[in-house]
Amino acid sequence: MSQRIRIHGGRVIDPASQIDGPLDVFIADGRILALGNPPDGFEADLDIAANGQIVGPGFIDLSARLREPGYEHKATIASESLAAAAAGITTVCIPPDTYPIIDTPAVIQLIQDKATLAGKLRIQPIGALTKGLNGQDLSEMSSLKEAGCLAVSNAMAPVSNTLVLRRALEYAASHDLRVIVRPEDKDLADGGCAHEGPVATRMGLRGIPYAAETVAVAQVLALIEHTGARVHFTQLSSARALRSIARAREKGLPVTADVAIHQLHLTDAAIEGFDAHYHLRPPLRDLSDRDALRDGLRDGVITAICSDHQPHEPDAKLDAFPATEPGMAALQTLLPLTLELVASGVLTLAQAIASLTSGPAAILGISGGTLQAGAVADLCLFDPQRPWTVNGDTWLSAGHNTPYWGQPLKGRVTQTFLGGVRVFELDAR
Amino acid sequence: MTTANDLQLNDRGQLRHFLSVEGLPQALLESIMDTAESFASVTEQTVKKVPLLRGKTIVNLFFETSTRTRTTFELAAKRLSADVLNVNIATSATTKGESLLDTIRNIEAMHVDMFVVRHAQSGAPHFIAHHVAPHISVINAGDGRHAHPTQAMLDVFTIRKHKGDFTQLKVAIVGDILHSRVARSEIHALRILGTREIRVVGPRTLLPAGIESLGVKAYYDLDSGLEGVDVIIMLRLQRERMNGAFIPSEHEYYARFGLTGKRLAQAKEDAIVMHPGPINRGVEIDSKVADGSRSVILQQVTHGIAIRMAVMSMAMRHDSGEKMA
Repeated sequence: MSQRIRIHGGRVIDPASQIDGPLDVFIADGRILALGNPPDGFEADLDIAANGQIVGPGFIDLSARLREPGYEHKATIASESLAAAAAGITTVCIPPDTYPIIDTPAVIQLIQDKATLAGKLRIQPIGALTKGLNGQDLSEMSSLKEAGCLAVSNAMAPVSNTLVLRRALEYAASHDLRVIVRPEDKDLADGGCAHEGPVATRMGLRGIPYAAETVAVAQVLALIEHTGARVHFTQLSSARALRSIARAREKGLPVTADVAIHQLHLTDAAIEGFDAHYHLRPPLRDLSDRDALRDGLRDGVITAICSDHQPHEPDAKLDAFPATEPGMAALQTLLPLTLELVASGVLTLAQAIASLTSGPAAILGISGGTLQAGAVADLCLFDPQRPWTVNGDTWLSAGHNTPYWGQPLKGRVTQTFLGGVRVFELDAR
Repeated sequence: MTTANDLQLNDRGQLRHFLSVEGLPQALLESIMDTAESFASVTEQTVKKVPLLRGKTIVNLFFETSTRTRTTFELAAKRLSADVLNVNIATSATTKGESLLDTIRNIEAMHVDMFVVRHAQSGAPHFIAHHVAPHISVINAGDGRHAHPTQAMLDVFTIRKHKGDFTQLKVAIVGDILHSRVARSEIHALRILGTREIRVVGPRTLLPAGIESLGVKAYYDLDSGLEGVDVIIMLRLQRERMNGAFIPSEHEYYARFGLTGKRLAQAKEDAIVMHPGPINRGVEIDSKVADGSRSVILQQVTHGIAIRMAVMSMAMRHDSGEKMA
């Protein structure tokens, strides 16, 4: 059912078109009809007051695991769609490490069917770079593209053979597919669970050195020069890898980068006390890395913030730190933690919103992430000052594995629209 | 965020659990050593028992095999008149798929009073201490690479007996620091006691990143590392380290880092030689040194019982606030 909607009284921020001001938004047929003055003869079926709120494009999350198919004991597309809608997120990219792995069109179809059923979220599946993520045989990328993939990735699985990596990049490039790389050299990571440095040394935790990330980045950058592939580095953790990527971009190489929101706030000091909620991969690094990643975002080397959402069942975190599964549930903390960067002067509000909307849209090469007339009406309303607490009443993800549990945060989504249909309303009863 | 001390000390600063030496007050370490001193005489009597923990049940939960540590904990518990249950999990439930928490819950249901835990994963005793019933004490008998606090205490106890004042001492810890929970706990204990200089000696592959931040000096050469020291602590080199490309061969390791009589001459004339055991003769230490007059290796084992009696009795009185007899 497609309604004609007017959203009035809000502050519209659309970084893609450099709009920031009090404007009305008019929606019809699932698209943005106009901003500002009402089109001739427009009569709204639904008139929404957005006073004191920001109206922005729906957020695009470049990395969120919804755990379906295969890991429904952790979360499902239905459960995480609800959480995403409540977080103002309208599109998520899901890495291919589901079970079965996203290396055939059938798995993509299955995921899209579930997404349609849930009806609250666009899912952009990332195809496997190699069959079964085995790091040896190329996946059928052309079929994956036909089934809707815009990008391929080997997720957390290594491609240890550099010849396979070269050919995978070449093959992806010949099909105009982006390659998403989470840079980590498996051998150098050596089964570690924390940043190699004084904290891990003191705690006796096996360390993951900077080199695990810098070597992986350097290897891929060298192969990009050779193959012309477009590569997106996801979830950077270190200042050193960031510098390599900045230099490559200065040289004009087709590379982009994102960072997980927690890397912009936390450091390895958080793992003192062995709290497994801080067991993350890549690991939390030190303050200089956190600050460099913040700078990289401000300077435009990093153009997107992702949630790196990884919901888990409680047992996954109930063990000795190294034996627990890494990752945190993070959809609903994405916006408040991004707004905290604005409050602390790291980003302007427009930069912050861009890193959740137009930035990731450009990385994926999709037309979303904007409120320009004609765009699909994926948008959200949020109150940047509204306080809330992470708890059983507010948290919608099936995964409760967040270190922010019980903590007060500021900034809350009040309404979310997907293709002109309201999929979340905070104060609805 | 909870620190180790929020977990292991009660609101009066007494031991509830003994998980790590790190961050403990100097007075507490001295009190552990003083208490151990008072128990040393017990072990020399014909009836080697005191009734301090009569009626208490102590469970040795060993998720990793150990002979020396387990037996000294067992002896210590028995000399305190406690009932002791040895659970060797390395060959038990967890290999059948039971989770760590379930194992703990099951044994806890048997109304026990103390867990002595050894585990291959760093932080496992912290995890257990977080989840056990409030009346149960957890003693860390070695976790991963993280800590082995009773070993460190028996080592500083041995040093105190021989050398007295820590503020005048130079101590060298030699060998595989990277994988050593003993070294980490010793460094913390020695620092808290005000040791003048602590050195770690080994090839760079066996020294962990940022070790200097613990307040030690790193040496990559044994001769200079031993120069003028009062105490030498040799660490065991595990044979499996050869496979991980940490060192090329036992032969080369012994040639560069093995403690021989000649190397020992670099240290002070009255320097003592220690080793947490088990020793690899001819790999990290020459038999002549291990069995020589400067070696206090067997005293360490004896002191281990007194230290473990001290720690167990101190941790068990936290709940009642009783005074020790």
